[in-house]
Amino acid sequence: MAISFKVNGRAVDVNAPPDTPLLWVLREELKLPGTKFGCGVGQCGACMVHVDGDRTFSCQAPVAAVAHRSVTTIEGLSAHSDHPVQKAWLAERVPQCGYCQSGQIMSAAALLKDHPHPTRAQIVEYMSTNICRCGTYPRIVRAIERAARES
Amino acid sequence: MASSPSVSRRGFMVGAAGLTFGVAACLPHSVGVAQAAVPSKQAVLSPWVTLSTDGTVSIVSPAAEMGQGSFTSLPLIIAEDLDADWAKVRVVVAPPDDKLYANPNFGYMYTASSNAVLAYYTPLRRFGAQVRRVLLDNAARHWNVPVAELTTAPNVVIHEKSGRRLDYGAIAAFAVVPEKAPEVKEEELKPSSQFRLIGKDVMRIDMPHKVNGTAQYSIDVQTPGMLYGAILRAPVEGAAPDQVNDAKAHAIAGIVKIVRLPYGVGVIAKTSWAAFAGKKALEVTWTRDGKAWGFDSDKGSEDYAAAARNPQVPVQTWVTQGDVPQALQNAATVLEADYGCGFMYHGQMEPLNAVASVSPKGDKVEIWVGVQSKTIAVTVAADALGIAPDKVVLHDMLMGGGFGRRGHRDEEFVHDAVVLSNAVKKPVKMMWTREDDVRNGRFYPLSAHYLRGGLDASGKLVALHHRKACDQVTAFQDPVRYQQIKGRDTIAFANLDMKWYAIPNRLAEGVPQDNGVRSSTLRGVANLSNAFATESFIDELARKGGIDPAAFRRSLVADSPRSLALIDAVTRMSQWDRKRTDTALGIGFENYSNTLIAEVAEVSVDRRTGAIRVHDIWVAIDPGIAVQPDSVLAQTEGSVVWGLGFALSEHISIKDGVVQQVNFSDYHVPRMNEIPEIHIELIATEVHPSGVGQMAMPLVAPVIGNAVAALTGVRLRQAPMTRDRVLAALKA
Repeated sequence: MAISFKVNGRAVDVNAPPDTPLLWVLREELKLPGTKFGCGVGQCGACMVHVDGDRTFSCQAPVAAVAHRSVTTIEGLSAHSDHPVQKAWLAERVPQCGYCQSGQIMSAAALLKDHPHPTRAQIVEYMSTNICRCGTYPRIVRAIERAARES
Repeated sequence: MASSPSVSRRGFMVGAAGLTFGVAACLPHSVGVAQAAVPSKQAVLSPWVTLSTDGTVSIVSPAAEMGQGSFTSLPLIIAEDLDADWAKVRVVVAPPDDKLYANPNFGYMYTASSNAVLAYYTPLRRFGAQVRRVLLDNAARHWNVPVAELTTAPNVVIHEKSGRRLDYGAIAAFAVVPEKAPEVKEEELKPSSQFRLIGKDVMRIDMPHKVNGTAQYSIDVQTPGMLYGAILRAPVEGAAPDQVNDAKAHAIAGIVKIVRLPYGVGVIAKTSWAAFAGKKALEVTWTRDGKAWGFDSDKGSEDYAAAARNPQVPVQTWVTQGDVPQALQNAATVLEADYGCGFMYHGQMEPLNAVASVSPKGDKVEIWVGVQSKTIAVTVAADALGIAPDKVVLHDMLMGGGFGRRGHRDEEFVHDAVVLSNAVKKPVKMMWTREDDVRNGRFYPLSAHYLRGGLDASGKLVALHHRKACDQVTAFQDPVRYQQIKGRDTIAFANLDMKWYAIPNRLAEGVPQDNGVRSSTLRGVANLSNAFATESFIDELARKGGIDPAAFRRSLVADSPRSLALIDAVTRMSQWDRKRTDTALGIGFENYSNTLIAEVAEVSVDRRTGAIRVHDIWVAIDPGIAVQPDSVLAQTEGSVVWGLGFALSEHISIKDGVVQQVNFSDYHVPRMNEIPEIHIELIATEVHPSGVGQMAMPLVAPVIGNAVAALTGVRLRQAPMTRDRVLAALKA
């Protein structure tokens, strides 16, 4: 039986088995590969998306759990890559290999939605869910501070 | 890609630096990064540069992009001496062709060892200058003026006398390319005072795609009719499946085929989730073939330490200078010490994967993969099918991290994809899970270091002996190179002797070990473990001689103004002389492949838990000319974060040959709440650029250890310096 939900504002029906993690449904069935597979166990944050506005490890959410809910992925964060977080990410030249950055950006956007002017300590605590193996952490902090300042 | 089929290699090469017609016809699309324009008319000026009549300058980038920025910085070097307008440059991924695009230091296309800018810098500048000369000659003929009267500004040739200007694109319409590339001497290259691009940051070409999800890695590729594959590999290298029960796996919906391989069992399914589930449901026992069975890493550490200290074991002498035994006998003070380092895992964020599509007859294959050597990938794919390399089409993808893991001679994840696709003659995306990536990891080698040093009566270091027992790496990672270097395993044993320090007598020896565990180069390479041992030991010697560790190092580099400048910078940045209460500082210095680097860490220690907290790290780095200064800073920041993981938390343990860690849950890479404030001063001396991709990493562990010693008087001798080890050392 199809599972219905919204992705980036668009209504979708998917036929994956209900226990399939949302991550794989997004990447394979819905062809939205910006959300990344990093660990599969909710340890690295590469798969971070928003479900009804809250950040969610898509590798940990069975697709059935998002039925009738609204999912936002990196592809839907903004129409023209112009979310304040994305602009700040470029201004601070954050990405290196870039693989974790969709998840980092989705986490950062969720943080700023709830805390438009986070303290440095809040940023560090909130973002420690997301691993960046290239070690872009100092720039992520600066970019979030910039996004908070400029948005 | 090019519209004209007539331009396929009909020209001629003139040496490695030659100009030729026609190579652009086979340039592949660069997926996910800027595409070269497809102009209707273009002049192929060299294997590196194609000029379009609209002024677009397509420049080939020969290195693989894994976040280090070479995809931007290498073409930028060509653009500098070509005097191209960077806004009109389109960067094109080089096709797999060692003859044209090999890294000069390796002899094949291989992006590693922070060697891209270092090795390509001068050749690329010359290629750019040669193309500029061709444009000048064409303009001179066109205007019938002496070429000496011509100059260039970005993308335009100027005849000042007559005030005439010719856009590069206009020249493309009538350009005649000589058979033989014009000669350009090194002294004729653009003086650095006239640089418009080198030393000035441009936006990295790949970066905008990395903030909106459009950057493409091979794991993102989807082709029509594609299936998904997973492989359960043997836990120990050399072992084979013995009993295989795949009944439960077959019962899972979506499973297409289960394939027994010499080294594992492959599962092909309609979705990756089904493939992973099928792999999980396999029941497999393994043969005890393979050397690593029975190996225990804790015991290995002890055995290596004993080997490093044992005067009877055979050694490879790497450096010998003066007479160390005699100098130690004459020394006023002799100190000896042991250090050890553990296995480390790459943990690149994109688990290893590749997509392969084998033709129905099995005589051709297309592959999509991000690798540190694409010519190796082509060879691996061809060999897997027993076909010629020209039957392989490679689609070069971005890498979600490399760090040395994606450039082994067998690039086994490429092989995995090809054999699975061959089993079904359909496109297959073969993915390792994170658990596969850890369990099938190829690790930074285990090492033990025995050091002896002698000080004369004035406290001067007169002799140093460093003997390192270490897993051999090159023999496993790259048997071809191992042959070429005649068994001298530089990945394991290079730079044992701190040649940047003035020490009159030195002896550096390697004791290669082979426990059968898969080994690999990894960011920091041999310098990583070497620096932990030697820079910690230098600190011990300074303290033993009652000399300030910064002053001691200054005395050892007294003849090198660049080195002194860095030590002075880092001591100034960190306020080295300021007294601290609950924290202390540690310092280190290194010349890493001609990149000079000095670091200081400020730490505190929780004596109850054994936790080391690193508050600040100051880095002064001199890589010569900084082609892209911000990339130098970015790489240095990343190297420090990696150094922290090596220093404090990253640890692979092996029991009975099998990796014990599973995922990021028990293999602890640094997170944001563990990193210190990182302060970097880039001092770019105007000399040939050296590497920057890893140079700040090796000093992190010793400067932390040195700071802990300054704070507590206790010397930490094993990396990582975990809480347990700190507590044990404090109690001892």
